[in-house]
Amino acid sequence: MKKFLNKKSTITNSKKFLAICALILLPGALLSGCGSSSDGGNGQVIVYNWGEYIDPETIEMFEEETGIKVVYDEYETNEIMYPKVESGAASYDVVCPSDYMISKMIANDLLAQINFDNIPNAMENIGSQYFDQSKGFDPENKYSVPYCWGTVGILYNKTMVDEPITKWSQLWDEKYADNILMQDSVRDAFMVAEKLNGFSMNTVDPDELETVKNSLIEQKPLVQAYVVDQVRDKMIGGEAAIGVIYSGEAIFTQRENPDLEYVIPEEGTNVWIDSWVILKDAPNKENAEKFIDFMCRPDIALMNFDYITYSTPNMAARDLIEDDDIRNSDIAFPDLSLYNNLETFSYLGEEGDSLYNELWKEVKSN
Amino acid sequence: MKNAAKKIYIALIFIFLYAPIATLMVLSFNASKTRAKWGGFTFRWYASLFKNEVILKALSNTLIIAFCSALIATVIGTIACIAMSGMHRRTKAVILGITNIPMLNADIVTGISLMLLFISFGFRFGMGTILLAHISFNIPYVILSVMPRMKQLNPSTYEAALDLGASELTAFFQVVFPDLFPGVLSGFLMAFTMSLDDFIITHFTKGAGVDTLSTKIYTEVKKGIKPEMYALSTLIFVTVLTLLFLVNFSPTKKSNQTGID
Amino acid sequence: MTSKNKWLSTPYLLWSIVFIIIPLCMIIYYGLTDKTGAFTLDNITAITTMEHAKALRLSMVLSLISTLICFLLAYPLAMILANMKVGQHSFIILIFILPMWMNFLLRTLAWQTLLEKSGVINSVLSFFHLPNINIINTPYAIVLGMVYNFLPFMVLPLYNALSKIDDNVINAAHDLGANGIHTFFRIILPLSVPGIISGITMVFVPALTTFVISTLLGGSKILLIGNIIEQEFTQTSNWNLGSGLSVVLMFFIILNMIISTVFDKDGEGSML
Repeated sequence: MKKFLNKKSTITNSKKFLAICALILLPGALLSGCGSSSDGGNGQVIVYNWGEYIDPETIEMFEEETGIKVVYDEYETNEIMYPKVESGAASYDVVCPSDYMISKMIANDLLAQINFDNIPNAMENIGSQYFDQSKGFDPENKYSVPYCWGTVGILYNKTMVDEPITKWSQLWDEKYADNILMQDSVRDAFMVAEKLNGFSMNTVDPDELETVKNSLIEQKPLVQAYVVDQVRDKMIGGEAAIGVIYSGEAIFTQRENPDLEYVIPEEGTNVWIDSWVILKDAPNKENAEKFIDFMCRPDIALMNFDYITYSTPNMAARDLIEDDDIRNSDIAFPDLSLYNNLETFSYLGEEGDSLYNELWKEVKSN
Repeated sequence: MKNAAKKIYIALIFIFLYAPIATLMVLSFNASKTRAKWGGFTFRWYASLFKNEVILKALSNTLIIAFCSALIATVIGTIACIAMSGMHRRTKAVILGITNIPMLNADIVTGISLMLLFISFGFRFGMGTILLAHISFNIPYVILSVMPRMKQLNPSTYEAALDLGASELTAFFQVVFPDLFPGVLSGFLMAFTMSLDDFIITHFTKGAGVDTLSTKIYTEVKKGIKPEMYALSTLIFVTVLTLLFLVNFSPTKKSNQTGID
Repeated sequence: MTSKNKWLSTPYLLWSIVFIIIPLCMIIYYGLTDKTGAFTLDNITAITTMEHAKALRLSMVLSLISTLICFLLAYPLAMILANMKVGQHSFIILIFILPMWMNFLLRTLAWQTLLEKSGVINSVLSFFHLPNINIINTPYAIVLGMVYNFLPFMVLPLYNALSKIDDNVINAAHDLGANGIHTFFRIILPLSVPGIISGITMVFVPALTTFVISTLLGGSKILLIGNIIEQEFTQTSNWNLGSGLSVVLMFFIILNMIISTVFDKDGEGSML
């Protein structure tokens, strides 16, 4: 760069002109170049999934077996996925949203009905109870194929509490002040307080929500931090005694720190499902169905379960799990009939959403 | 005494700036997959990094976008600064105000508004849209770096060069540009850095299957950041640092005093 | 330079119209309409509600403190660096930018690892039987995060401006009998004003809109205006309110613009 400084400048006027032209044309040229490169043939399927939510090997296997190229893309929350899909900025075929987001997408006419005749593996292997559970957000089971499911519960460090934690109400116990990690998302945080007060977690009743808000405000001084993905690391590191966590993370955290224990609270909780859906404007619907069918194959579902440790609804895959402890684990595969007040999120409508958000802001800024 | 104080001060600032970097480097040798626990020393992540095509592809995308966007932004921004120096103060203030907009808006606002813009213009989402978006938010950093230098320029040297028979362009590159150069360089580096780091704007302006390191890292957050990322960051850091020392403290450099400063 | 060089600004002006002004108009449009597309001022006046006003006030206070700390830390540093006369501008610039080449999220997470209750710093302190520091999940941690992330933005423009000051001017001042303090306040400080303005803008503005730092280091217990805007876009999908609040925030550009012009006059005036 020093050389550049000392160099005798020999640039002539014509070169100046060229430089300016290049400057103006370059972005355009790059743009058109890129435009053509993202054009694909018919042999592809564009998948939009949660980050790190699939075993990459299964994608390679799918490509090898079917000759269909997979363009794979990832997001990290439902809410950040939604505007991209809704705006059609990138045309995806298959997406894997959560329950309430699926009902929102159905409500806004973004999804295509799935032809289950083309997905025989789903009918054969996915447990019927999961389709029943799905009716909360997809009433006629027309739009979604369950991929992963789980519960939300309490993870606690046995060495840091002097009694077993079994209830949400213990998250309001002052002796755990500054030792509690809450979820930092509206629905999850409200769910805890709604269950505490015995309400439905899909309530939009303003009086009930007011009570819920006050419970959360009351709890706030005891909370060490509102976190989303940090629960895992903070609990492993012994930063806090109690944390609200997704069951899929619990197996991993226990492996890293054996002092941790996961419970489904007595007051009931959220049973969530992430399902495959096909978008209405999907350019490759047939390939999309092939992809979903492939993901429902028992051996593939097993590979994915091993990789991501989130519970699979695939009964055949579960039977293939070799480790008895995991196959019969209460964390990965709890017998849901033993618990009360289990619910699945549904879409609250725009008004419901903004009411929740309003109240959540009041909690946070208090 | 005074010199010692200065050295201690610089050292403290460096410890402050580099403490988290050191932490990341240590984590890259951590056998445990979580940052919260030390599971023993390992080189495993470095080995698996080079087998991970997804990460390597994201790395090359990131570097291409960062370099191209920084370069283009530097050229446009520097030219704009030169042009502005001849302008009326009020016009200049308005342009500078506009310049600050992308910085002032929350990233998510810039990201979504650019996404809407690209949709309404019918652009195809891919590397091109990311590049355009990055250039846009990089230009302000270039202008803010070059502008202070520009203001301190002494116009009479330029005029003297012209009087002595130099063409405008020669005068510019011989007299003005060397004075501007530190500003231009820091503008370029700043732009490069901002581009490397950006996540949210890239997310909304990228097409399917195009990933940069930042978008990779953010999507990994849900399941825990892969230690390969720490390893990659460590490698990038060590490489750049080594290059930096080689370039600056190699015995061959002698004649770099340009006499301009 | 001469005014005939004005046409040189054309590429940038075109660029800003397409990629800054048009998107800006879209945001203003969203900010001034409701979900049905009808005109409303509700999204603008929403800033006066208790939570929003509180978040804005808090953001202002924290970013002002951070900017001040950055300035106080960076100015002496930039002076020392400028006086070193290394002749290696690129080296000094790079050494400050280099930390930023590690991903922002990774760096902020690293601070979490350092600051946590059972984190690295506290482990070291305990080892020497020193009292632990518990600033994680408090506003102090947020300020620390802001200062850490934005300090290079302050150092570089200051360094640029200070290294440009001609030694002869300073020597002349000394020759004319000015002491160190005099020289500093009469010569060095006024001459570095453009750098100070750049630095303040580059620190204050991103600090005002940040949300990642308050989420990760503040434990999300402290709501900043950046968090609220981000939440409106990503959690509630209420783009109208998010845009409206952004427009309010943009008011500060104008403020910033005015302040810059006022100070600019001094800066250039003292050049003569």
